[in-house]
Amino acid sequence: MFTAYLKTAFFALILTAFATAQAQDNHGDVDHHEQVVADGGKVNTKEEIKSYIEHHLQDSHDFHLFSYTNDANERKHIGFPLPVMVWSSAGPKFFLSSKFHHDDNAQVLVKEGDATFFKLHSKIYELESGAAAVSYDGDHHPSNAHKVFDFSITKSVFGLLAVGLIIFLLFRSLARQYKTKSIPTGVGRVLEPLVLYVRDEIARPNIGENKYKKFMPYLLTVFFLIWISNLLGLTPFGFNITGQIAITSCLALFTFFIVQFSANKDYWKHIFWMPDVPVLMKIVLIPIELLGIFTKPFSLLIRLFANITAGHFVVMSLIALMITLKAQFGAVGSTGLSVVLTLFISVIEVLVAFLQAFIFTMLSSLFIGMAVAEHDHHEHAGTEEDDVDEVRERFI
Amino acid sequence: MNLLEDFSPGLFFMQAIILIILIVLLGKFAWKPILSALSEREEGIESALKAAENAKLEMARLEASNEAAAQDARAQRDEMLKDAREIKEQMIADAAGQAQEKADKIIASAQEAIESEKKAALADIKSQVADLSLDIAEKVTRKELSEKDAQLALIDKMLAEANI
Repeated sequence: MFTAYLKTAFFALILTAFATAQAQDNHGDVDHHEQVVADGGKVNTKEEIKSYIEHHLQDSHDFHLFSYTNDANERKHIGFPLPVMVWSSAGPKFFLSSKFHHDDNAQVLVKEGDATFFKLHSKIYELESGAAAVSYDGDHHPSNAHKVFDFSITKSVFGLLAVGLIIFLLFRSLARQYKTKSIPTGVGRVLEPLVLYVRDEIARPNIGENKYKKFMPYLLTVFFLIWISNLLGLTPFGFNITGQIAITSCLALFTFFIVQFSANKDYWKHIFWMPDVPVLMKIVLIPIELLGIFTKPFSLLIRLFANITAGHFVVMSLIALMITLKAQFGAVGSTGLSVVLTLFISVIEVLVAFLQAFIFTMLSSLFIGMAVAEHDHHEHAGTEEDDVDEVRERFI
Repeated sequence: MNLLEDFSPGLFFMQAIILIILIVLLGKFAWKPILSALSEREEGIESALKAAENAKLEMARLEASNEAAAQDARAQRDEMLKDAREIKEQMIADAAGQAQEKADKIIASAQEAIESEKKAALADIKSQVADLSLDIAEKVTRKELSEKDAQLALIDKMLAEANI
């Protein structure tokens, strides 16, 4: 147990050292890149708040903890850079995101060999060869640049790695405990019921007693990945992992493939030649059922994405109340109102964090259960899905 | 915000790789040992419960057989006591009967003896009386033989008086 504390302290120390180093680095050579904008870049107006929130909801290429404006009216960003890895026309390129100097408006051009990159709205573009500056078309899209395949360690990837590490360390320690004792102690005592919950409340009733075992690694991994990611999103680190549409689509796609590859004859028969209905209905049902294959995982990805994005949006907007309502309520009043409302919504968000992990895992196992079921479970499954939606709606 | 524009293929790719690695690693090092340990423990608990249930049944069975044995023993004891009482009563009754019989016999023989003694005594007395009579008669004869008839009458009179 003591070594665990040591480990935590060690990681915290590294993190702090890294952040401090970067902050000093900023002081050193970044200063001349700081754009002198009105009001020192403070987020004060509604438009600024809106763009700040939108920026937060997107993935970012550096780990940004907080920003402040110093006495010299310069905007300072505290955090640390993350590695950028892009596949450009000149092959793979690696560099640290600090080269962009927190720019997100295509102001800073980074030259790496033959390729020149810039960042616009959290996306990295490659400037076409020969161009010296970015030009825009009517929709404010760059006209002389193209997006690159960007597999950088972005903030979300970093978060995912952190979550993966947390889950791995936690459950590895739980797994180790079973070698010496049959009832875990310490953190394991909390983790074991969670594993049992996923097994007995999610997987077993939906997939069936005989077949659930094969899918347990996926369901457990996804459940804890989503849950811990959601919870991490509520910390001041400002992760928004499960609010990235790419992440939720990837998760949903996994469920989709698992469902299709584990599906038995019954499942396909119900799609292409529904038993016990007239022939005409069979033909009508084919496209509907085919569409259903895709709408199920699609609902998964949209549900998780929308819930988490909305949660983050609401929490940040409520925090911003202390600025937007300052004129009406005064500094103390608006701050108090903001704190109370944010606290209230945050508590709900903690619940939503669990609920969304539960719903995703639950519906995944339900879809898997429908695919591997020996008999017709469609009606039963339908009502359960409705129930879950009802429960969700009641909470959100 | 445009959702499609927000979609980052790179992030998708990284997530897919991380997810696969996580599923494999966690499956091998965490979920598999945890789940097998859990099901092992559950089976252990189940078998222990079953064993306890069996032990309980066995206990109940033993208790029942003990109770039956005790019942049997009690019944036997009662039976024996009853028998003993009967034998005792029988013996007392027998003894009493025998004693009565013996007493009766003794009384009967005593009566017989008395009767025969009495008869013997009577016969003795009769013979003595006859002797006496003869003596008397002799004496009387010696003195007054002439008065023979009067003498005989006297003898009869005396004999009648002497008849006991």
